[in-house]
Amino acid sequence: MNELPSLARVFTWLSLLTVGGGMAAYPELKAQTVDVHGWLTLQQLDYLYGVGQAAPGPNMMMIVSIGVLTAGFAGALIVLLAFFGPTALLACVVGRLWTRLEGRPWTVAVQRALLPVSIGLLLAGCFTFAKGAVTGWMTSVIAATVFVILLRTTINPAFLVLAGALIGIVAFGRG
Amino acid sequence: MARGSNRASDGPRVGVGRIFAAFLLIGATSFGGGAIAYLRNTLVVKHRWVDDETFLELLAIGQTLPGLKATNVAVLAGDRLRGVSGAIAAMAGVCLPGAVLMYIVGVVYRAERERPLLEAALEGVAAAAVGLILATTLKLGRTSFSRIDDVAFILLTVVCVNRLLIPVPYVLIGVGALAVAWYGSAAAKWRTVP
Repeated sequence: MNELPSLARVFTWLSLLTVGGGMAAYPELKAQTVDVHGWLTLQQLDYLYGVGQAAPGPNMMMIVSIGVLTAGFAGALIVLLAFFGPTALLACVVGRLWTRLEGRPWTVAVQRALLPVSIGLLLAGCFTFAKGAVTGWMTSVIAATVFVILLRTTINPAFLVLAGALIGIVAFGRG
Repeated sequence: MARGSNRASDGPRVGVGRIFAAFLLIGATSFGGGAIAYLRNTLVVKHRWVDDETFLELLAIGQTLPGLKATNVAVLAGDRLRGVSGAIAAMAGVCLPGAVLMYIVGVVYRAERERPLLEAALEGVAAAAVGLILATTLKLGRTSFSRIDDVAFILLTVVCVNRLLIPVPYVLIGVGALAVAWYGSAAAKWRTVP
């Protein structure tokens, strides 16, 4: 059961869908890792994604955890290379050609079109994620509270994620 | 102004070590999904490796292409500062801290079995993350929500993914093509191209 080729394929594929942000690929991430390959449960995926929001740096680093769960250190490495390698190469190439591409009618149209489509994909990802993570009234209250606080203040979101952990222990801990 | 002056061939030559260190710091301190603000602060304000106009250009490229905005901008900036080795150094630096942390999380999560408290904490974390990503997305889309055609494409995308359960790639290509056609023709009609 060597999962490394599958990991490489799935995460390269997913990286090409992260238009506008990692969340855009979330429904496909769920489909591939939970439904197709069964590398983890939906609950585990949501938990890891949640923890990833408290980690520094680019916000999809939780894919490394999926790699570890599936195939240990090699899995983590493959996932990282597959997810960031091809898109980095593409960015490098397009970045060098950009002076020739920018301002052309179709470049302008694509850039303009991607604004609403990427927001739509991000929202769709949010809703898919919420379906697994908001399971009762308590989780609804936590999600709504964080949402309102972030729209009204400039507090560092990482603190709110940590606060969510504490509230979770108090509310759901039966140990 | 001379836009070509920041191309990879003739941009400032910054050492690979310095690039790696600067991006490592961003990767280690940019909590809460605000990596773009940290990137701008480091590249434009602190080191003055690129000017604001160039940074906005890199951001425009980074968010048009697939891949995360933060890592795309890191690669683009690294490439302009020191070619391919700069791009690799920037990418490695910005990813390393989060990747190490999430590697440890993965190892811990895999090792333990009975852990009601951890599961309880994670339930709260995931719920908080829902509020976080929704707020981030709404802030990101603020300008789009006041335009009727933007809202139509946003709704169409959401309905396709969440209601009709069409896989993301098909939605991206299908709705994307529609939107390109729409804004392309709209631009041709209303724009006065010099």
